[in-house]
Amino acid sequence: MNLVNIFITALLTENVILTKFLGICPFVGTSNTRKSAISMGLSVMIVVTLSSIITFLLYHYLLVPTNTEYLKTVLFVLVIAAFVQLLEILLKRYLKSIHKMLGIYLPLITTNCAVLGIVLLNITNNFTFVEMLVYSISSSLGFTLVIYLFSSMREKINNSSIPEPFKGYPIALITAAIMALLFSRYV
Amino acid sequence: MKTILNGIFKENPVLVLLLGLCSTLAVTTKFENAYLMGICVIIVLVFSNITVSLIKKIVPKNVEVPVYILIIATFVTILELLLEHYVKPLYDVLGIYLPLIVVNCIVLGRALSVASKSNIRTSFKDAIGVGLGYTFVLMIIALFREVFGNNRLTLMSSISNLTGYKAVYKVFEDNTLFPMQILTTPAGAFLTLGLLIALFNFIKGGKKRESR
Repeated sequence: MNLVNIFITALLTENVILTKFLGICPFVGTSNTRKSAISMGLSVMIVVTLSSIITFLLYHYLLVPTNTEYLKTVLFVLVIAAFVQLLEILLKRYLKSIHKMLGIYLPLITTNCAVLGIVLLNITNNFTFVEMLVYSISSSLGFTLVIYLFSSMREKINNSSIPEPFKGYPIALITAAIMALLFSRYV
Repeated sequence: MKTILNGIFKENPVLVLLLGLCSTLAVTTKFENAYLMGICVIIVLVFSNITVSLIKKIVPKNVEVPVYILIIATFVTILELLLEHYVKPLYDVLGIYLPLIVVNCIVLGRALSVASKSNIRTSFKDAIGVGLGYTFVLMIIALFREVFGNNRLTLMSSISNLTGYKAVYKVFEDNTLFPMQILTTPAGAFLTLGLLIALFNFIKGGKKRESR
């Protein structure tokens, strides 16, 4: 597949949040302010890109030669969990400012389905190494883009008067619906 | 019984706790997929809750999360292999959302908040309750989206090899209003869930007003 094509589809028309429904929990959970949205987005981008590379190599050079492809889910989850832990320790020691900015969002990524989802999709889509790299970067960039746009809207929504039952999550989900319409190819 | 009802209403994973939304939105384009996904989650939830409850005393507190994730991942892989072998069409339809049960916050959430603190009986009942709560919500959303979005109701299609029955119905005879295609798109999924939570809040709010 064409690399530009992969980039555009993963970023916009097949956005991880709005069409694949991956990472919805952090999407509604951490999009209250723009600052937390950016922190979450950055953490996801770092973890997705680096863990994609690790899992891709592990899958093709460890699982495939030994015929144990069915272990991929278990192995990938372990890799992501271990990697997040490692990244946290390293950042804490060497890059204090970034660690402070990402804060509690980094450990939350272990259970973010966007990360495991993208890593698994890299394998099921039969990507080559370069395609995999482009796909993971553009998908996580798409995640960051949508969560940032969404948080900007939510800051405004939170200040306006909304019927009681719609307060909080319902209005957020309906806003997300309108956003999903804009991102899809149907409009 | 109280634990089970608690999981279905008061602590409904989707409507109240907002956990496991990814699969909720993704698989609800067909009624059949919704309840089958629910069953898969119940199975994983029950086994992981029981296992966690059994080993809770020997797991050190600081490695709790990785150990529980590993347990859940093991059960999901077993389920994946069984489905791939016996119900291939379902395995294909659920696709990536099947392995993603591992990071479904419901399963890990219940393991951490309930199973690691209670006995086997309570953990089992909690798993059933929360699992049913999840399944019911999925079924409601899927019913709405499929009937109004596709003018169709699929009760049994991809598992018909296993059961021997096939049940796909057309709901409305000729009309111009349905199908509303938007409901089958991702936007429809967000919209339906948003409206459902609002309705749930409205009913809850109404009860509160009455009791005052």
